[in-house]
Order: sequence, then C-alpha cells, then structure tokens
Amino acid sequence: MLLVIEQFLNGLQLGITLFLMSAGLTLVFGIMQVINLAHGSFYMIGAYVCATVAARTGSFLLGLAAALPAAAFTGMLVEFIVLRRLYKREHLDQVLATFGLIMFFNELTRIIWGRQPLFLDVPPWLSDSLELLPGLIYPVYRLAVIGVGILVALALWYLFSRTRLGMQIRAGASNRDMISALGVNIKLLYTLVFGLGTLLAGLAGVMAGPILAVEAGMGENILILTFVVIVIGGIGSIRGAVAGALLVGLVDTLGRAFLPTLFRLIFQSATADAAAASLASMAIYILMAAILVWKPKGLFPAHS
Amino acid sequence: MKKIVITVFLLMIATHLCAAEPIKIGMITTLSTKAGYLGEDIRDGFKLAIAQEDGKLGGIPVELMVEDDGRKPGKGKQIAERFIKRDKAKILTGIVFSNVAMAVVPKVVRDNVVYLSTNAAPSKLAGKGCNPNYFSVSYQNDNLDEVVGQYVTEAGHKSVYLIAPNYPAGKDHLAGFKRYYQGEIKGEVYTKLGQADYAAEIATLRAAQPEAVFFFLPGGMGINFLKQYSQAGLADEIPVYGPAFSFDERILKAVGPAALGVKNGSQWTHDLDNPANVQFVKAYQEAYGRTPTLYASQGYDTARLIGSALQAVAGNLDDLEKFKAALRKADFASVRGNFSFGTNQHPVQDVYIREVIKTEDGYTNSTVKKVFANHVDAYASECKM
Repeated sequence: MLLVIEQFLNGLQLGITLFLMSAGLTLVFGIMQVINLAHGSFYMIGAYVCATVAARTGSFLLGLAAALPAAAFTGMLVEFIVLRRLYKREHLDQVLATFGLIMFFNELTRIIWGRQPLFLDVPPWLSDSLELLPGLIYPVYRLAVIGVGILVALALWYLFSRTRLGMQIRAGASNRDMISALGVNIKLLYTLVFGLGTLLAGLAGVMAGPILAVEAGMGENILILTFVVIVIGGIGSIRGAVAGALLVGLVDTLGRAFLPTLFRLIFQSATADAAAASLASMAIYILMAAILVWKPKGLFPAHS
Repeated sequence: MKKIVITVFLLMIATHLCAAEPIKIGMITTLSTKAGYLGEDIRDGFKLAIAQEDGKLGGIPVELMVEDDGRKPGKGKQIAERFIKRDKAKILTGIVFSNVAMAVVPKVVRDNVVYLSTNAAPSKLAGKGCNPNYFSVSYQNDNLDEVVGQYVTEAGHKSVYLIAPNYPAGKDHLAGFKRYYQGEIKGEVYTKLGQADYAAEIATLRAAQPEAVFFFLPGGMGINFLKQYSQAGLADEIPVYGPAFSFDERILKAVGPAALGVKNGSQWTHDLDNPANVQFVKAYQEAYGRTPTLYASQGYDTARLIGSALQAVAGNLDDLEKFKAALRKADFASVRGNFSFGTNQHPVQDVYIREVIKTEDGYTNSTVKKVFANHVDAYASECKM
C-alpha cells in the first residue's frame, strides 16, 4: 500500500514537470497557432544556465534567478527573429524552422559548454528525505517540485481569469483580428506569451536539473511526452494541460511500476518482464489513442 | 630550357619517392549527439599516440582521417565506404556504439580492410561472426559486466536487482553479469531507452529489498539513475554496482557525490602502475588538460598496436596477411599492462574492480582489486577462423 502511495507521488511529480512544459507549449499553440518543436531547447537552456550559475556561485537560488530570465529572454528573441516570419506560413514550415532551432541550440550548448554533461545538485536545504507516513520516505526535493507546480498552476489560473493581460490573451486566442482591431498590440502580446511559455519551460528545466543529466539534447526526451500531453488535454487549453499532464505522469509511472508485477501473475517471469517493459513504454500512447477515439479534440478543447 | 624542364621533372620524381605516402587510417566515431564525448576521447587518445611520434606510428608516417557518424548506423556505413573507395584506406577504426559497428564491420571486413575496434565489441562479432580482418582492442562487451558478477558473488551479496534499457545491448550486458553471478535475482527490469525519470523503478526496487543493485545504463541514463538513487536515500542502504561505462571521469563530473564509493568493473584505470600507463596519463593530461577516460586509453592502445604492426611490416600494407599476423602478436606496451589476443582476436586481459573516489581534482576511480587474470571472453570458443 505504501508502495502504491509512493508511486502515486512519483507519477504526480512527473506530471507536474510535464505540466510546466506543456503549459508553455499549449499557450503558444493555442494563441499563436505556432507549432514550436524547439520548446525543449528552452528547457535545456534553463537547466544549463542554472547549472553554470550554481557551480560558479554555489547557490541554487541564484541559478534559478538567472535561468528564468535567460529562458524567457532567449524565447522572446527567437520569437522576434524567427517565429514572426512564420505566423502566416503553413504548419509544415513552422515545424521545419523550429526543428532547425533544436539543432541550432543543441550545437550551441556544445560549443559553449562542451560535450560533457554538467553537474547540478539538489540544494542542501532540500536534500533531505521526509517520512510522510511511517515507512514512506520521500525526497523533499520531489515534494518541492510538486509544490512549485501547484503554485504555477494557480498563478496561471489567476493570470488568465483575473487579470487584464489574461483577458487579452484569451481574446487573442479566440479571435486575433478582432483584438488587434480593438487596439491591443497583438505583436507585443505574442512576444510576451511566447516569453511566458519559454520561462515555464526554463523553470521545468531548472527543477529537472538536479534530478536528471544536464546535457545537450535533454529537451527532446521530454518534448515527445509534452506533445502527448497537449494532444490528450486538448491543444491550446491550460486546463487540458493540467489534466493531460497528470494523466500521462500517472499512467506512465504506475504502468512502469506495476505492470511487471501484474504480468507475473499471468505469465512466466522472463516473458512477463519483456512484455511488461514493452507495454509500459507504450502505455501513454495507447492512452492517447483511446482518448482521441473518445474525444477527437482532446479532453478540454480550447475552442469548442 | 629543355634541361631545366627535365631537371625539375626529375626533382619532382625524386621528392615524391623520398616522401612516401603516409598510411591512411580512417576513424569512424561519434562526435556529435549527447554521446559525442566518447568519440572525442577515443580520437584524442589515438591522436596523442601519433603526436608523440611526430605524425608517425611505429616510425611510419600516418594520416588520420576522422569523421562523425552521429551515432547512426547508416551514416557510419557511408563514411566507411568513402574511406575505402575514395581514400583507399586499408585500416579502419573508432566506432563507439555496437549498433553502428554491426552495420559497418561485417561489410568492411569482406572488402579486405582491417578493422580495429576501439570500443564497441558486440557478441555477434566475437563468436560465430568473427573474422580474420576484425580485431577488438577494447574488450568483448560482456567483460566489464562479468567482472562485476564475479565480484558481487565474492562480496557475498545473496540477491541482486538488475536494471538495463530495453534494447539488445541492455540484455547482453545483464547476461554478462548473470554468467558469473551465483546468487538470487530479485528482479530484472528493462526500462525505456533514454528514460529520464527512474523514481518508479527505484521505489519498486526498494520494496524488493535486494542486497545489491547492478545496472547498465550508459550515458545520461546512468547519470539520472545514480542521482535519483542517492536522492532516494538508498545509496547507504543497498550498494550499487555497474560496468565502467557510467563511471568515466567525464560522467562522474556530472553525477557528483552520488557516485562516491560505487564499485565498477573496468579493464583499465588511470592509476594502473606500469610504465606505459604512467607515461600515457601524464602526456594526456598535459595535452588536453583532463584525466583520460577508459575510452581515451582504448584509442591510445589501438594506435600503439597499429604502430607495432606497421613497424613489423615496414609500412607495407600490400600483403595484408603479414600486417594482420603482426597485429595478432600484439607486440606493444599496452597501458593495461597485460595484453594479448585470443583465438577470436579479442583481448585476453586482466579485468579489475575499481571504486569512485574524490580527490582535489574532482571525482575519479581507484583500482580496488584484480578479479580476473588473463580473462577470455565467453564467445571465443564459437569462433572458427
């Protein structure tokens, strides 16, 4: 039972990281109609900048403080230089251009930081483990990740439903011609939205840094899952991103954790291990297919 | 006028004869992608040997051509073809990954080209698929797992939990461990290739309560796993073991304290006390400003082996049989100390257990124990040459 709770927390934590990534991606897609494959690169930039600053200063918080503006600023720069030229073009052009950006950023990190992965550790004040229930020990850092994710979700909810900027963003998502006719500077709005998206990606990168290897190309691993999340949740919807991310995080983690045990009840151990490993890695894609059959536009479509 | 032309012509012929064409060596290796540092170290180790002889190996001038395979079998094949057809190279080397090797090696050895492996050595090329034109200078893939299997048995761990990625090499490496491990296998988990988060596996592992953990997770996967394993507070409870691939000096920099004290299997460590090695480690540090990894040592040894054979045939590759016979003798001072080739042209060498320690230069390994002496790989008997 304790194991189930622990795996549930693991799934929640993976889901939260995915949410931070997919919130940015779904915003950009929903509002600007741009498919941004390079979203993972901002995740990587966040992690790299944080690791570098933390190594120099010895402070994780300073690393975080440097990484967020770095990711947001690079994002806005990319929007200004590259994406502005692509809004009117077809999705395929956008995919090609942003795919090119992935390679550009991967090579750039190799040029700046070298081929070797960087080191980023959990800050000392978060490195303990907490006994949540008798016998259930859980790393504080992962709890902190869950906490930050929930805070970000609340902040986004507040931004979209309670502030003027959020209102404009929502309006821009439903009808961009109308909102620019009303005198809102839609270009600036787009740049801001893109910057917000990449800032969230950078935040996800910073939080993943102490858990994962900080290396060139680290963004691509999570990017695929992120796309699965926004397809499941409904493209362009923050609510969908929350639901999709938690669903994917839980299904992926619980599948990996419990499918082998389940299969062992039915098959012999060697066959069970092989079959469970394959099925566990397919689980989220099966989930995605099933949801798309049931709701072709995702769980919470943005423009229904 | 005529005289001048003739003199110039004769002079040109004369200089051409004096400066013999350097022997071309084609290196196909992985320099891009996340794994690019592996190829970088192999290349740098190899280049060091050439630089120490001022552009020669075994006194024979050589020209090293290096190309990046991007970890893609198809690209590796194209590069090999170019080296053989365009550059007429007779010696190829350098491949890091087994899947690239499987695409390249069986083809090039049929073209009467000698291939010397600096890293990848899949079982298929060691057993039934062995070939007189193929030499592995590094090891046979399973060797570094076998040594850990033996050591974990000797250390008295009665049960282990195994983790590897779900692809052919993952299964091979666990098979290597199991060949020498005699206790109980509490669990054998195959994870997705390139998986980032191991929290689920670690929680399941903790619940299984094994006495030790053995993992084969090359590259970033190993960094992720070790960090998360230590964050879960398991590092002090259940000791973890693995082959050297997750513990080279460059990976250790990224893993940090989470790897401290972990015992791992390797055929070489920079602290091995033999003259060739002491000289190599010092020269490498001077040339590149970093501690050599085992990949660098493999690149260096391969270059020195080629040098010994080139010297024996005086740089004449017209009779390739003679060159191969010279290679088979392995008449060079390996940085590993003890080194010779077995019947399948894979190394017969000592294999060690080493431990991750911290020095003032950062994290590195120190040799704990020689577990196997003159170890022969498990596939040698299947090889009929």
